[in-house]
Amino acid sequence: MKERRKLLEVNDLQTTFFTDSGEIPAVDHVDFYVREGEVLGIVGESGCGKSVTSLSIMQLIPSPPGKITGGEILFEGQDLLKKTEKEMREIRGNDVAMIFQEPMTSLNPLFTIGNQMSEAISLHQKKWSKKQIKERAIEMLKLVGLPRSEEIMKEYPHQLSGGMRQRVMIAMALVCDPKVLIADEPTTALDVTIQAQILKLMRELNERMNTAILLITHDLGVVAETCERVVVMYAGQVIEEAATEVIFKNPCHPYTRGLIQSVPDMRNKKDRLYSIQGNVPKPGSIEKGCRFAARCESAFSRCWTETPELYRNSDNHQTRCFLYDEREGVISANEQTIAKS
Amino acid sequence: MNKPLLRVEGLKKYFPIRKGLIGKTVGHVKAIDDVSFHVNEGETLGIVGESGCGKSTTGRTIMQLLEPTEGVVEFQGKDLTKLSANEIRAVRRDMQMVFQDPYASLNPRHTIGKILEEPLIVHGGGNAKERREKVVEFLKIVGLSEYHAKRYPHQFSGGQRQRIGIARALMTNPKLIIADEPVSALDVSIQAQVLNLMQDLQKEFNLTYIFIAHDLGVVRHISDRVAVMYLGKIVEITESEELYANPLHPYTQALLSAVPVPDPNYKKEQIIIEGDMPSPANPPSGCAFHTRCPFKMDVCTKVIPVLAEEKIGHSVACHLYTSESNDDIERKKQLEGSV
Repeated sequence: MKERRKLLEVNDLQTTFFTDSGEIPAVDHVDFYVREGEVLGIVGESGCGKSVTSLSIMQLIPSPPGKITGGEILFEGQDLLKKTEKEMREIRGNDVAMIFQEPMTSLNPLFTIGNQMSEAISLHQKKWSKKQIKERAIEMLKLVGLPRSEEIMKEYPHQLSGGMRQRVMIAMALVCDPKVLIADEPTTALDVTIQAQILKLMRELNERMNTAILLITHDLGVVAETCERVVVMYAGQVIEEAATEVIFKNPCHPYTRGLIQSVPDMRNKKDRLYSIQGNVPKPGSIEKGCRFAARCESAFSRCWTETPELYRNSDNHQTRCFLYDEREGVISANEQTIAKS
Repeated sequence: MNKPLLRVEGLKKYFPIRKGLIGKTVGHVKAIDDVSFHVNEGETLGIVGESGCGKSTTGRTIMQLLEPTEGVVEFQGKDLTKLSANEIRAVRRDMQMVFQDPYASLNPRHTIGKILEEPLIVHGGGNAKERREKVVEFLKIVGLSEYHAKRYPHQFSGGQRQRIGIARALMTNPKLIIADEPVSALDVSIQAQVLNLMQDLQKEFNLTYIFIAHDLGVVRHISDRVAVMYLGKIVEITESEELYANPLHPYTQALLSAVPVPDPNYKKEQIIIEGDMPSPANPPSGCAFHTRCPFKMDVCTKVIPVLAEEKIGHSVACHLYTSESNDDIERKKQLEGSV
């Protein structure tokens, strides 16, 4: 495959929430990138920092208490963190657009769909006439597969179903042909049959318009069906990164492995589900050692005293686990993998 | 083992739609419409469906938390719909409920000890000392510790709260537990813990579960038999192995194919059904699924299909399996070919 340009690059991002009970590092030195036309998945459980990461890219972190305290977010080589609010507004929607989990709350209940679509367009296409704007809005609604789009323009959000609202959100996000679409749990609030429709739509848009998608989700099934590459997050850190096929075939980090095994499989019934013991630690509660050590079955002495880095176990596969540190010896890591399975 | 513990016959629950100043009833939302099934002792019946299909209402109506409009709910030989409020309270000792939201179903002002003791007070479970001992015993059974009894709900994580919800349901030694989406608010790793706990408890106390959920993977994992609901009706009910291997109803097929499988190499034929579920206030004529069904026939728009046994222990409500004109047989072949 031809090497594609990195479109969005997040380097060493740190986002901290300053609360009365202390500083909470929600995103802690996170690195990843999205290439042109790629679908990248960020997967993790609640509290792992995946949503804060996406909001940081858009600089929509509520401040105070939140603040991006370090790192850089490069979009086409330019650091978004150095932009002024006015410049950022140009980038949001035009270059990077975002859709959210809850389509009910992201649409204004007091305005018609047409109104809200037109607003989004006119903000970015200031020279367009009303007629042009309306035509574009209808065109976009048709593109996302909404039937009777002309009538929908006159309707209010409450008149639409959850799936239709999410389609409207996608249409709105795509009006200016963004290069990257950030989708934060876009199908979590939807039923499976509707979820299948929306995921299909997103895959089609990705292929047809070559929009890169950063898909944030907790659902490993959604990742397997939609993404090319996956970043797994745990307690504010990236703990594993690889192509989707590699992650599911050969998950390396004990957390990723546990996560994949704890999903009930529809195809064959297991007598008992594998479960990771314990709970996700509170962000900032672990100062020393690996953040997963307390729940990890393969933890050894070094996990409690040193903090692991991301180790490269093959060209496109990184894992934040001492088992894959060359100093520990890759062979011993493999042995442990085999012994465990 | 195969004795029905609960039998539901022709259960209906209509909610009136009121309009205007005097609240005149202008129509009904048929949340559940003529639902019949049974649950055997010691088994788990899964009820699965999308939001608005009436699965939660079914659970609540069985518990008599909602008064059924029509129908029979027979539990241990007694028709619950005919009992007085006092008699129902006595029956609830044997049937308990676990709710979806572990955040909202525990009183934030009560300690865990008090929350767990409450069912024993209501149902007369011994003196204060015995009750406290039982609270500690059950805390340990669900994997918590004695000192947790003095804490308040906000001090627990979601998974722990759901454990408390389960412990509360177990306090009166019930026979039947109706669990309404007990794991849908939890993360996968915690979900696995709670599902394992529920399976262990079932063995230990010989419990019967009605497990209501929208996640087909979870339902398959825990259920012996599964009922699929669509718009207030059961469209298919059978053994869980059979349902997942050989779904008959087009809705079940679409539902199963829509679930994302966590395996990128798994190629499946995806049936994506268009459109949304119609409103239960104004259901389509005939088969409720005909507006989205890829195998729609003329008869589907006119006649409501009845749930009938197609194979032994496998019932489906679909005209594809009842009317047998040549045309239909052709379609049926097509359908079987696509599975």
